[in-house]
Amino acid sequence: MPPLANSRRYIISFLFIAIASVILLRLFFLQNFEAKYKIMANDIAIYKKVVYPPRGVIQDRKGEVMLENTIIYDLMVTPKNIQKQFDTAQFCAALDIDKQTFLNTMKRVLQRNLAVQQSAFMEQLSNEQTARFQEIAYMYNPGFELIERNIREYKRASAGILLGYIGEVSPEMLKKPRYTSYRQGDYAGLSGLELQYEEVLRGQRGVHYLERDNHNRPRDPYKGGALDSQEISGRSLELYLDAALQTYAEKLMANKIGSVVAIDPQTGGILAMVSSPTYDPNLLRGHDRAKNYAMLFREPTRPMFNRATQAMYPPGSTIKPFTGLVALNVGAITPSYGYPCRGSYNACRRSIACEHKDAGHAANFRLALAHSCNSYFCHVFRMTIDYKSFSSIQEGLQTWHNYYNSFSFGRNTGIDIPYEKPGNVPDSSYYDKLYRGVWNSCTVVFVGMGQGELLLTPLQMANGMCIIANKGYYYTPHFVKSIGKNQDDTLLKKYHEKHVVLNIPDTTFNIVQQAMQDVVESGTAIGAKLDGVTICAKTGTAENKATVNGEVIKMQNHSMFVAFAPRENPKIAIAVAIENAGFGATWAAPIASLIIEKYLKDSVSVKRKEMEDKMMNAHLINKYVYTIDSVLRLHDAQVYQARMDRQAAADSIKFITDSTNYMRWIESNVQMVRRSRKS
Amino acid sequence: MSNSLRKALFYRIDGIILLLYVMLVFIGITAVFSVEHRTTDTSLIMMNKSYMKQLTWFGYSLLLGFMILLTDSKFFSSFAFLIYTIAIAVLIITIFAGVDVKGSKSWLGVGSFRFQPGEVAKIFTALALAKFFSLPETNFARLKDRLVAVGIALTPAVLIILQKETGLALVYFTFFLVMYREGLPNAVLIIGFSVIALVLGTLLIDRKLLFVILTGLALIIGLLMRNTIRRNIVLLIFLVGTWGVCMLFSQVAVPFVFKHVLQRHQIDRIFGTLGKEVPDEYDKTLVAGEEKKGNSSEYNVLQSKIAIGSGGLWGKGFLNGTSTKNQFVPEQNTDFIFCAIGEQFGFVGSAALIIIYISLMLRIIFIAERQRSVFTRVYAYCVASILFFHFAVNISMTIGLMPVIGITLPFLSYGGSSLLSFSILIFILVRLDADRQTIIR
Repeated sequence: MPPLANSRRYIISFLFIAIASVILLRLFFLQNFEAKYKIMANDIAIYKKVVYPPRGVIQDRKGEVMLENTIIYDLMVTPKNIQKQFDTAQFCAALDIDKQTFLNTMKRVLQRNLAVQQSAFMEQLSNEQTARFQEIAYMYNPGFELIERNIREYKRASAGILLGYIGEVSPEMLKKPRYTSYRQGDYAGLSGLELQYEEVLRGQRGVHYLERDNHNRPRDPYKGGALDSQEISGRSLELYLDAALQTYAEKLMANKIGSVVAIDPQTGGILAMVSSPTYDPNLLRGHDRAKNYAMLFREPTRPMFNRATQAMYPPGSTIKPFTGLVALNVGAITPSYGYPCRGSYNACRRSIACEHKDAGHAANFRLALAHSCNSYFCHVFRMTIDYKSFSSIQEGLQTWHNYYNSFSFGRNTGIDIPYEKPGNVPDSSYYDKLYRGVWNSCTVVFVGMGQGELLLTPLQMANGMCIIANKGYYYTPHFVKSIGKNQDDTLLKKYHEKHVVLNIPDTTFNIVQQAMQDVVESGTAIGAKLDGVTICAKTGTAENKATVNGEVIKMQNHSMFVAFAPRENPKIAIAVAIENAGFGATWAAPIASLIIEKYLKDSVSVKRKEMEDKMMNAHLINKYVYTIDSVLRLHDAQVYQARMDRQAAADSIKFITDSTNYMRWIESNVQMVRRSRKS
Repeated sequence: MSNSLRKALFYRIDGIILLLYVMLVFIGITAVFSVEHRTTDTSLIMMNKSYMKQLTWFGYSLLLGFMILLTDSKFFSSFAFLIYTIAIAVLIITIFAGVDVKGSKSWLGVGSFRFQPGEVAKIFTALALAKFFSLPETNFARLKDRLVAVGIALTPAVLIILQKETGLALVYFTFFLVMYREGLPNAVLIIGFSVIALVLGTLLIDRKLLFVILTGLALIIGLLMRNTIRRNIVLLIFLVGTWGVCMLFSQVAVPFVFKHVLQRHQIDRIFGTLGKEVPDEYDKTLVAGEEKKGNSSEYNVLQSKIAIGSGGLWGKGFLNGTSTKNQFVPEQNTDFIFCAIGEQFGFVGSAALIIIYISLMLRIIFIAERQRSVFTRVYAYCVASILFFHFAVNISMTIGLMPVIGITLPFLSYGGSSLLSFSILIFILVRLDADRQTIIR
């Protein structure tokens, strides 16, 4: 027996070791070569908690806070923790809801999440709801809990279109590279400065890794928080904007459609920018945002449309200083050049009317500009593009176009607010195309007086004033003076760059400035005169047409005004455009003058109070704005309906094809399944 | 017993076994602790925690062990049959009076105290088997005695199967290893493995294809050995007989077991481990017309594999087991306690644990072979076999090498029943070994 015993002892020992080795081998591969388990373990057990830092604050030039964060409350519920004794009546009364709403909400919460998880019962409580609930909160803890949330608060009900607003990122935005670090449910700036400076204001989100358990509840920090990143608060923006001036300008523009742009010529900083009608930016936050947005969007006067940077107007007579500037500089005229205007310009086989009939109102450049002679500037424009040093009219127009481009007319200025429009400054190829190559200076003569194909935004007009005020240079108009108190932030570098326009000598500018000074002192804008301040300005009354359903309607003129002041050491350049309000001198000029006074002297003198009242109370929105809007809407609705009908028809055809394909697919799969079962 | 004898007893105790035993128990308590401990816990001594309960059970085990060491070793052999008979009676009672826990009726409840007779019965079966082999009239070369031995080993298994706790019953089949040591022919081992191979073949290969393969194999062997067969007709009969048995087994017996004996979850687990879909003919959901639910044991094994697999070479570190700590692995204190080791201490820790287990079992075999009395030797082999079965099957199921059957990892799994019964097994062995110079009958 012993030999047998011995051999069997070793066979059994061998068996033990062999099986243990198989287990060891499997473990070795499982633990060292199957990386998927590590990934799966992290996926299931590590919860990435994103901590949102407070968004940056926005201040005006005097340090007044315009946009900051405030706390509102969400009511959260953890259904499992709700006490048995629950006073539904009191609870509902505090929140101002009825019992059915309470039950429905609870049902929805339980359908979406587990009973042990905390979910939102009611979001963004009003102050009254919060106050009432806070008093009785202790009775409903820990089932119900108020959780703080940061939201934006606009301190003044103004500058809404400039500051913009934030909202949840949309799926379309998430596809863009700018939003790669965002996730569904994150907030981001959607317009205005909130959008433009999103990266600055947003700060850096913190990521905290927490372990979670099988019920998805967060537990301890993962690896003791070694992998966590700390959140960094958003940086603040300090603007050139003067909040008081902005509010004042908005008041002046109340019940008018149009815009005001005021720029500090020495820095390019925007002092005020109004697009009227305005809206209360606080409408676009909190839980009524979507509702209010839809309301504002449907408004016929289009308050969500930033007219200051996006509306393209014919500049009318306000372009005349520039027409003159180019003519003088190319040498087409001298300052002493005069035109014998008798109330109309008839050189181009049609009569272009002029406001003045008296002889000698356009005896030289200075007089012609002060009196805004149409004939003079039409002719001077023709002389410029037909000038003998150019080989062709194409070259002449191109030269003129290049000048205007260097004034940033017809191209984006590069202002730090999104969706700017470039306006339109036609070049020779534009006209070649429009007139099939057959055109001459008479064809385009209206451009000289700021009509025709020439279109500018109020921002470009104000920027043009900066150029004349500075005698030949400008800084890109911008809002932000410093980021987090730092004026030299790399984002602001491009705004410190001086743009010098095509070399025009100071003497030429002096002539234009002198003529513009005359406009206020003895010309068309005498009403804009301000004691103790030399204002240089130009009025404009722009003819315009609306196209309604393919029909061109001549509308009432736009009231335009551009100015800068004081002439020496200029502090403010301004453009005012009021749609369909008539003469520039009647409305736009006094409004601009009041804004200049308010900015330079900080208050409006007593003797101009009457004018101020008149401007503030003037109601210049024409009824036909509403009529045209409803006509357009009706048309849009019809077009939309037609498109929907076509879509529906196409869909039904697609559905038939799809369902046929689907049936085929099912059949083939059934056969596949049958085959696989057999094998 | 005199004082000097008691002192002598102390010196005769096998320290290595006790050391390995204490090591394993402490590894177990540490593992349970690592899973349960929270950074928010202010104190380590919290009586409501499982690791403290396990520590208490260890205390009871040591007390019981001490009592066993003080007992005369002849007591175990003298009362072996009696206790075995009582155990069988209790098992029978359990079939009828058992508490229903998750579909099995293997638990007996007295008040708040509950225990699983099937877990404890293996001790008494081991003692009974040892006693039977040590009887002078036993001759294991005789068929009758062999059948008696098999009867002693498998009666509890049958009773436990009747309690619907198949996993626990399988342990009793390891006593064949003991019988093999005691002289069961090699053929038994070969046939045993062949049967396992045939079952796996039946499950993995299509039945008709298997028929062709087996028949082909028989024909080839027949052709190759045609000269020998011509001389000896018995061989032909043997060959045809074997072929017939295989056919019967694969074409009739296995389908019958799967269709009529095994329950749905057992079938799911078996095919889950093999990595195959349950064939339609065995799919009871199709027959019953119920909706097919997610396979819960597959989920358990996946979570278990995630925990162990994510441990890597060195592990995530003590108290850093994200999967086990946060309760992703079901039953992780009991049947799946190995996950806690694998996740936190990685391959190195797992390998160390396996080496400790194998050392313990080899030590037990060493002890078995140094005995003068057959009783102790057989008993020691019984202990080694039981431990090995539990160890191999438990770890294999956590890493997906075997279907999930609810058996514990000896000394590590949380639970009083399990720890106490394994401690008793070990302490009886240590007590018997202390008297290795005398012959116990």
